Amino acid sequence: MRMVSRLVRSLNRTEALVGVWRQGLAVLPRLVWNPWAQVILPPRPPKVLGLQVVFRGNTPSLWLSMSIVTVQLGQCGNQIGFEVFDALLSDSHSSQGLCSMRENEAYQASCKERFFSEEENGVPIARAVLVDMEPKVINQTLSKAAQSGQWKYGQHACFCQKQGSGNNWAYGYSVHGPRHEESIMNIIRKEVEKCDSFSGFFIIMSMAGGTGSGLGAFVTQNLEDQYSNSLKMNQIIWPYGTGEVIVQNYNSILTLSHLYRSSDALLLHENDAIHKICAKLMNIKQISFSDINQVLAHQLGSVFQPTYSAESSFHYRRNPLGDLMEHLVPHPEFKMLSVRNIPHMSENSLAYTTFTWAGLLKHLRQMLISNAKMEEEGFKDPALYTSWLKPVNAFNVWKTQRAFSKYEKSAVLVSNSQFLVKPLDMIVGKAWNMFASKAYIHQYTKFGIEEEDFLDSFTSLEQVVASYCNL
Amino acid sequence: MTQSVVVQVGQCGNQIGCCFWDLALREHAAVNQKGIYDEAISSFFRNVDTRVVGDGGSISKGKICSLKARAVLIDMEEGVVNEILQGPLRDVFDTKQLITDISGSGNNWAVGHKVFGSLYQDQILEKFRKSAEHCDCLQCFFIIHSMGGGTGSGLGTFLLKVLEDEFPEVYRFVTSIYPSGEDDVITSPYNSILAMKELNEHADCVLPIDNQSLFDIISKIDLMVNSGKLGTTVKPKSLVTSSSGALKKRHKKPFDAMNNIVANLLLNLTSSARFEGSLNMDLNEISMNLVPFPQLHYLVSSLTPLYTLTDVNIPPRRLKPSLQFVSWNQEGWKTSLCSVPPVGHSHSLLALANNTCVKPTFMELKERFMRLYKKKAHLHHYLQVEGMEESCFTEAVSSLSALIQEYDQLDATKNMPVQDLPRLSIAM
Repeated sequence: MRMVSRLVRSLNRTEALVGVWRQGLAVLPRLVWNPWAQVILPPRPPKVLGLQVVFRGNTPSLWLSMSIVTVQLGQCGNQIGFEVFDALLSDSHSSQGLCSMRENEAYQASCKERFFSEEENGVPIARAVLVDMEPKVINQTLSKAAQSGQWKYGQHACFCQKQGSGNNWAYGYSVHGPRHEESIMNIIRKEVEKCDSFSGFFIIMSMAGGTGSGLGAFVTQNLEDQYSNSLKMNQIIWPYGTGEVIVQNYNSILTLSHLYRSSDALLLHENDAIHKICAKLMNIKQISFSDINQVLAHQLGSVFQPTYSAESSFHYRRNPLGDLMEHLVPHPEFKMLSVRNIPHMSENSLAYTTFTWAGLLKHLRQMLISNAKMEEEGFKDPALYTSWLKPVNAFNVWKTQRAFSKYEKSAVLVSNSQFLVKPLDMIVGKAWNMFASKAYIHQYTKFGIEEEDFLDSFTSLEQVVASYCNL
Repeated sequence: MTQSVVVQVGQCGNQIGCCFWDLALREHAAVNQKGIYDEAISSFFRNVDTRVVGDGGSISKGKICSLKARAVLIDMEEGVVNEILQGPLRDVFDTKQLITDISGSGNNWAVGHKVFGSLYQDQILEKFRKSAEHCDCLQCFFIIHSMGGGTGSGLGTFLLKVLEDEFPEVYRFVTSIYPSGEDDVITSPYNSILAMKELNEHADCVLPIDNQSLFDIISKIDLMVNSGKLGTTVKPKSLVTSSSGALKKRHKKPFDAMNNIVANLLLNLTSSARFEGSLNMDLNEISMNLVPFPQLHYLVSSLTPLYTLTDVNIPPRRLKPSLQFVSWNQEGWKTSLCSVPPVGHSHSLLALANNTCVKPTFMELKERFMRLYKKKAHLHHYLQVEGMEESCFTEAVSSLSALIQEYDQLDATKNMPVQDLPRLSIAM
């Protein structure tokens, strides 16, 4: 098993990174004797299983990358999916690539192959399947895409019904799932067949609602059965702590426990965290879901846009999904990933800022652990990682010359760490309390999800929490 | 998009219903500038070509030809329904959607429920089936009635059982008008309690509306409008306070303003299902999120079109400190955002709460009932009806008592220290 981190850097000129990093050491329960001085400095840095940093800001050959099919589920999934494709395409068409023309062309071609299929009339069609149980959002999404003129969704790539899932996980999973299984899987299969070289699925959903969470879990399970050789990464939206949906905790634990079994990696984004980014870093006064979705799309875009492969700067990485998973999910017990991205700024400040690597990396570090500057070596410090991993395997770098989306230099860190344990613990706690008073349970048993299913979910999630805590 | 059918029963139900349809037409007229029959309108209206005789006149897309409300009007005396049919809304209703009789229920729940129930059961069933057939995807029935009278409370609650048997998957939302203390119907406590038993058992969600509170709201608004001190609190041209733009009425009827508020409530409730928004809420989500236990499905509502809100984009957390949530549901918020504002306002907020504050209302009702029942006053009117026995009364009261007790239990947890149950522990 290897724990890896990847650092991807985009360089305009070679720069050495200098920094010093201090952090505390943690003690593993089984350690009997340790030659290092053991000092525990609060706050304790979270243990990290894997770090992947993608930096953006040589001319690779036209090595086409493998394709990813995106499945957008429910209102949240569809709204975000739209923003992601939009961000990917506008970055790819952006004129501020700050690199040579050949390089730019290679970048564009790689991005296109990955996320879009051949054009008819020159308009790229997103490799996506849209699923929702009520028509309003899908209709909106389709028309917004068509209106942009730059790209659109396939005509037959959507599946929708007339009546939603009522925020009921059981309804999404036990009623809608089996009822529409065949139609949905057919559409997905057609989309996969369009790919020359298929890498895996990227499934976007929320945890709190009924369709995204319940039907999403069902679909992921089906994909696991039918496409067991392909990779599946689920992009899950963690709802606001103070409630978007009252039964969100129930829906969340049911979703997470089911996905843990059938998905390969769970990329989690918290609405609260992104809200803070919008409020503090981007100075948006009245934050709407549209703003949140755009920030999210920006983060995902910076992870998935083409970068050089490990072998040389002459080729773009062929299989980002596979490489990500290989390096970040070493053990099936640990599948939760989170993303941090810098810089985030409002359009106004962009024009007046110049970037330096030291500054960017400092920010990045601060997001991972408080109070430290770092160097690339710093990322390799063994104490950051758990004992069964060597830092040299745990840490990887992906680079590209081309700048991403108006930022001359940018960096993104994808990590598999204890960071998400606390929110998970909170959600499990709240759901448990509600479960103890049997509130709302009749709504779920109506559709076939019994108390034993709840207990199973609780058990598996407590297991996950315990495993992460024991790192 | 889903459709809903409105069932108006009794005088009160029909008058409120009339108000509701008037407002709905105005709202859709304001939003839908091009006259195209779109999905939003289809949730409450059918597009019908009136030249076609018989049933086959429905048009599903294209320009609006003639709108017919998806409604069933039921009343056991003809006065109110006739007035509606002669009034300005006559074209909105289909004559095939009416069930009327001549004599009325005499403010007697037993007559409404048992006599007229059995008499008109088949007709009622047929009307419902017809309206369901006209719907692509029927999601819910809205039943509007009063609790104090005979038809609304008796026949209105009889319908619930019929709907539950015939359409088990369709939600039943009941808007019930509870009588005030100074109600002019003396036997209203009897009628109300007997009706409540049916509501407990057969309704999915009840929105209880207290006449007394409506009186208070209207007097407050009147005071402000008349004293000329409007400021930012009351918008003069809003749907709530004025009927400008509405069909001209020769003289304002006494309950008009109150009915207006209830109609607004229903409109706002369904707005997210009809129009788009960044966080939609369907009607089945209301039931899912606000009904923790099957018996406790009474939702208290409050509406503010009277204030302009500055920040509606994010879940409203300002109320949080002043509300006492149950320990196992500390953040019991469900939010929904709809991008189409109501007519005359830039924003509005509707709050639905499942709140133990309904308990005092129920307890008061029970008290008034007991005062009459102890003396067996007026009881013979009910017992005369075939199928009606004293046990009906006792069952109804015990059903209500059980409900009150459940609310009591939740109230009792209010002041107890929160004890988290120990969580599952995993062996590593």
